[in-house]
Amino acid sequence: MTKHKLPRIFLKDVHKAFGPKKVLQGLNLEVLSGESLVIIGGSGTGKSVMLKCILGLIHADKGTIQIDQQEVINASRTNLDAIRHKISMLFQGSALFDSLPVWENISFVLLQEKKMTRTQARAYAIEKLASVGLPAEVADLYPAELSGGMQRRVALARAIAPKPEILFFDEPTTGLDPIMGGVINELIRASVDELGATAITITHDMASAKKIADKIAMIYQGKIVWQGPAKDIEKTDNPYVQQFIHGRNQGPIKVDVK
Amino acid sequence: MISFCANIGRLFLNFLQGTGHFIVFMSQALAIGIRPPYYSRQVLKQAIDIGYFSLPVVGLTATFTGMVLALQSYTGFARFSAEGAVATVVVLSVTRELAPVLAGLMVAGRIGAAIAAELGTMRVTEQIDALSTLSTDPFQYLVMPRIIAGTLMLPLLVLVADIIGVFGGYLVSIYKLGFNPGNYLHQTLQYLKAMDVISGLVKAAVFGFCITIMGCYHGYYSQGGAQGVGSATTNAVVSSSILILIFNYLLTAVFFDK
Repeated sequence: MTKHKLPRIFLKDVHKAFGPKKVLQGLNLEVLSGESLVIIGGSGTGKSVMLKCILGLIHADKGTIQIDQQEVINASRTNLDAIRHKISMLFQGSALFDSLPVWENISFVLLQEKKMTRTQARAYAIEKLASVGLPAEVADLYPAELSGGMQRRVALARAIAPKPEILFFDEPTTGLDPIMGGVINELIRASVDELGATAITITHDMASAKKIADKIAMIYQGKIVWQGPAKDIEKTDNPYVQQFIHGRNQGPIKVDVK
Repeated sequence: MISFCANIGRLFLNFLQGTGHFIVFMSQALAIGIRPPYYSRQVLKQAIDIGYFSLPVVGLTATFTGMVLALQSYTGFARFSAEGAVATVVVLSVTRELAPVLAGLMVAGRIGAAIAAELGTMRVTEQIDALSTLSTDPFQYLVMPRIIAGTLMLPLLVLVADIIGVFGGYLVSIYKLGFNPGNYLHQTLQYLKAMDVISGLVKAAVFGFCITIMGCYHGYYSQGGAQGVGSATTNAVVSSSILILIFNYLLTAVFFDK
């Protein structure tokens, strides 16, 4: 096996419970370099927890999580920092820093690592704003002064600004109108292609999944129940996938309605 | 009876668990926070917030405390013709006890609450997670600058409160109670020792540490949306106020116990 065929992101038998609630129950996943994987699944199936376990923000109870063959679980602070340096994430609620103007949000890493002067960082942020279709005037506004769609685009600009090797997107189109959702999907696809990054996207939105994904995986009760090329999602006879993509009430996925 | 005992036991265990959790947080904050990188811009911002913007509230509190102290001491001492001790009582009470404790309590209400609310909101909106993914340690970027600023700025605030509080007493004594200004100032300085002021400033530094670390602790572990942030704010103010009163006694015992 040549080196580039080794998975960049590798999860094996990952478990995570919060008290009696078991969220991840033996999750296995591999993402190859340059691949864009979309993970679909209902609410509360462990999608966001999985991403946070990969980032080391949540400590997995058991299993193996590796980024470029470096172990994440029980990694030292230095190793975890090195791993996180490769990764950027777009959070579901954008998670922009309220106390900083847009340009400082975008250039945050570059400023903290003193890779640029403040003047250079501002110019770089304006360049990144342009790449997500926002005008330069937005640079000096604060996140609270932006609409939800603009915040999501700024968050995307912040995620791509350090030119990461790996990108995570947590429900990037949730809460946006379909047109803005489409814009964000295209920007994500373009950014991933341009950077040549490996990407994992979590979404409920099948239109979004089809636009972004090379491969799709479905998670249910903390396990991957199906994965395959994006083009195969409609053809599969997997009952979980069928129920989910057609939004059926009947099927193996149980929804508690009390 | 059994359920009563069980409740007492549960409360005690919760207290121990909370204390242990706080000690782990404090150790982590100090151990990680003293390592580079250092965020001097953040320290300066917090110092301005805690020091400069607390001046009006601390100044007003000190002025009226000094004034009321002069008035009350006079009415009390006049009963046994000891009015001459008013100046000494005012200056010793203000410098040793009232300025540090009242400034501490006012800053706990203003800054402790603000820190808990800010960090709590950052926690529930995933901004703290975003910081970690942007290769920035929240302990270094958020917690340590607040602790440093609080520990350094509270003594300065108390020094100002000392001066303003004594001046408040002076105003009432001269313009309302008819004391001779020269005599009053002489009495004020005659029995004042450096240790009276220094003890107040040391207390202030400890109170500043307590206020900021409690605000950071409750905010950092805030959960459950707006209600969680509200609880964090209340807990931060209550716990830091209690700590101020406890440490005030302990430090007084250390400095002045015979």
